[in-house]
Amino acid sequence: MSVSVGELACDACLRRSWLIARLAAHIELVWSARRGSAALLALDDAALVDALAGDRRGTIVGEYDRFDPAAARRRYAASDVVALCRCDPRYPAPLDDLPDAPAVLYVRGDLARFERAVADDCVAIVGARRASPYGLEQARGLGRGLAAAGLTVVSGMALGVDSAAHVGALEAEGVTIAVLACGPERPYPASKRQLHARIAAAGAVVAELPPGTPPRRWCFPARNRIIAALAQVLVVVEAGERSGSLITAGQAADLGREIAAVPGLVTAPLAAGTNALIADGAQLVRGPGDVLELLFGSAAAALDCGRSEERLGGLEPDLRALLERVGAGCDTVAALTVSEASVDATLAGLAQLELHGLVRRSAGGRYVATA
Amino acid sequence: MPIVLASVATFAIDGIDPRPVWVEVDIRPGLPAFHIVGLADAAVREARERVRAAILNSGFEFPARRITANLAPAHLRKVGPGFDAALAVGLLAASGQCSADALDRWAIFGELSLSGEVRECRGVLAVADGARRAGLAGLIVARERAGEAALVDGIEVAGVGDLRGIAALLDGGELPPPPAPAPVPGAGVVDADEPDLADVRGHELPLRALEIAAAGGHNLLLEGPPGSGKTMLARRLPALLPPLGREEALEVTRVHSVAGIGHRGGLAAARPFRAPHHTISPAGLVGGGSPPAPGEASLAHHGVLFLDELSEFSRPSLEALRQPIEDGAIVIVRGQLATRFPTRFTLVAATNPCPCGYAGSDRACRCGEHELARHRRRLSGPLLDRIDLLVTVARPSAAALAASPRTSSAAVRERVLAARERQHARLAGTSAHTNAQLDARLLRAHLRIGATARRALAQAYDGGGLSARGHDRVLRVARTIADLADRDAVGLDDLLQALALRAREATDEVLAA
Repeated sequence: MSVSVGELACDACLRRSWLIARLAAHIELVWSARRGSAALLALDDAALVDALAGDRRGTIVGEYDRFDPAAARRRYAASDVVALCRCDPRYPAPLDDLPDAPAVLYVRGDLARFERAVADDCVAIVGARRASPYGLEQARGLGRGLAAAGLTVVSGMALGVDSAAHVGALEAEGVTIAVLACGPERPYPASKRQLHARIAAAGAVVAELPPGTPPRRWCFPARNRIIAALAQVLVVVEAGERSGSLITAGQAADLGREIAAVPGLVTAPLAAGTNALIADGAQLVRGPGDVLELLFGSAAAALDCGRSEERLGGLEPDLRALLERVGAGCDTVAALTVSEASVDATLAGLAQLELHGLVRRSAGGRYVATA
Repeated sequence: MPIVLASVATFAIDGIDPRPVWVEVDIRPGLPAFHIVGLADAAVREARERVRAAILNSGFEFPARRITANLAPAHLRKVGPGFDAALAVGLLAASGQCSADALDRWAIFGELSLSGEVRECRGVLAVADGARRAGLAGLIVARERAGEAALVDGIEVAGVGDLRGIAALLDGGELPPPPAPAPVPGAGVVDADEPDLADVRGHELPLRALEIAAAGGHNLLLEGPPGSGKTMLARRLPALLPPLGREEALEVTRVHSVAGIGHRGGLAAARPFRAPHHTISPAGLVGGGSPPAPGEASLAHHGVLFLDELSEFSRPSLEALRQPIEDGAIVIVRGQLATRFPTRFTLVAATNPCPCGYAGSDRACRCGEHELARHRRRLSGPLLDRIDLLVTVARPSAAALAASPRTSSAAVRERVLAARERQHARLAGTSAHTNAQLDARLLRAHLRIGATARRALAQAYDGGGLSARGHDRVLRVARTIADLADRDAVGLDDLLQALALRAREATDEVLAA
């Protein structure tokens, strides 16, 4: 990296960031006792130590005074991470809306690209970890469509919807930012190691906590406030009644961001949260076009990258009927085989639709219409 | 005093192969003693006590002299109680209590009881085959196993009840009546207990996959929640395969005989179905131990090996299956001894989609991330590369349960037979017998494919959904589907169906949540 690390983060901010990581276990205790004590991270350093350190105060103050910013910068550079503090002009402006904006943002990935990405229009896509094939497909389609339209897709790289949104954006060769709840060099969850590398290569992986910090429970809602702040629009894809994504949506609303949600069946537990958001006035999202319209007005609907008539125009009537049944929620081969037809014909038809990119075979052998 | 020596032919079992052994008995003056030499294991050394009691209890005399029995050749390890009868006869012949004239014509194989009865031993079929190959005229075995020995053409079989019977036979007595002819297998005789497809309601997709697996010899993975019928379906595969030919039946019976599984004294009539529990050790699965014994993979030779709960099998066990699947045989090396067991089977594996079993189904999955990752790791091993077909088994709907069955095993078997005949005709003169055995070279040489089908395959491959290996797997399955439809060239429909049934690949896992 051409820019020297020393220019990007000042000593005071690095020290504060170190302090928060040092107090992570203490914060965890307070966090579970008093839910959502968001004001905590807005306290200044001395107040933070007073409030949290307890009888370890002496030790921690000692370590705080001995903290060596230069050594820390070298450590971070060694793990291929850039520290960017709020005193630097390149620090993302949207984060300043937060009352408790992180002092330092640790970035894995090209810094200039990250700067451009946050300056562009950002859309956050969040939702259930244990999503349905429908939810995964919608998240992936949104990620793909919005990234293709030149927007930055922001999410948390969690299992399920988050990862699907990143994957979609990468498929469109667009830019995507993952905000992690641990140090940015650490793939969390571990099974997303490949995705972590691909996002860092094509976009950026960022975090509030310095490299080497493991995730704790309080880090996730804290991470979510950064996702909410970075994006102009937050789209929720599948959320249960008491999902963390709804907390993120609340944070985004408090920051004046637009809230949008993908609807689901009223009987589906995974759609309870999203349908409730829509009932409360969130924008209903049927595809990337609805998000573009929300951002740029009705003219943008023409940019919709979703399924168009011309894509289906050449389809034989049988295949079209099959596709409609998949779209209507019939998802197993057994359910799709109507009494007269043979299972062979269904199989061949599904494979043909898959070749056309109109359906996808997903977990449990279920088919889902692509978004 | 003249030196007395008698020599009796018998056989040791090495894997499933017979190795000729000569029991030489030498009796000379000296302090009374009975020694057995020649690399004999504990069961053979214990034969001394059995042989002594059996001889005395049969009314013969046990010579009070120095007796040495040698099991030749000395380098071959001798295991088990099958040498008892030969030892006793050698001793009787050497001491002049029975005629030694006929000993060069007969092989003798059996265990003795203390009362002198001849007991049945494992591996009689292999021994009979060995006797024929060694140019002997006949084999003396326990009466219960005479039928099994008589399956080998070209030797006389005498089934005897006790040691006196053997002595009488060697002294020129009447041959016991020949054993009842073994039932002829195949010929469409199907066991009434054999589960039939006619009992299956719904499950159209898995039934189709079973038919394709049977027709092309393809390995199959069934994926579905608990209680959806995976085991029930797998059990019905053997009956869909062509009936065992005589040569195949002999091979199956021989392996089973060595493992102590009888087929009512006759040939194996049905293709074996083996379903080992997932706690099985690698040795139990592919064979092992000392002396090496056949494992489940060999017991399923020419039949079906069913691995239920595939992800629960230990990694070493699954790794061990690779060579048997690839080579159709496994070689087990113990010390200087290499033993070969045949393992040509169709693999059917079943798994839940996730540890709790309900991922992707109507019920909510309650697995943690760690469990899911472990499950997926278990299932992404090299074994999966050998599985051509993946099919999801869903609980059939109530309407499907009420409907009448669509097919029967006999109807499917007929189509399978026709498809196999097409394969035999096409593959005559090559190393492959079924489409599943087509490697990349044979595929290129023996596959005719229509232009539209080729384009569709190229599209799937370029789209990134297929690996090179997956590409070949789809082609093999498409070839079988075309064989079932009696088509010379693979058409678009055949290829599309094969694509829809393709096994999952690593690239599909990017989105796995």
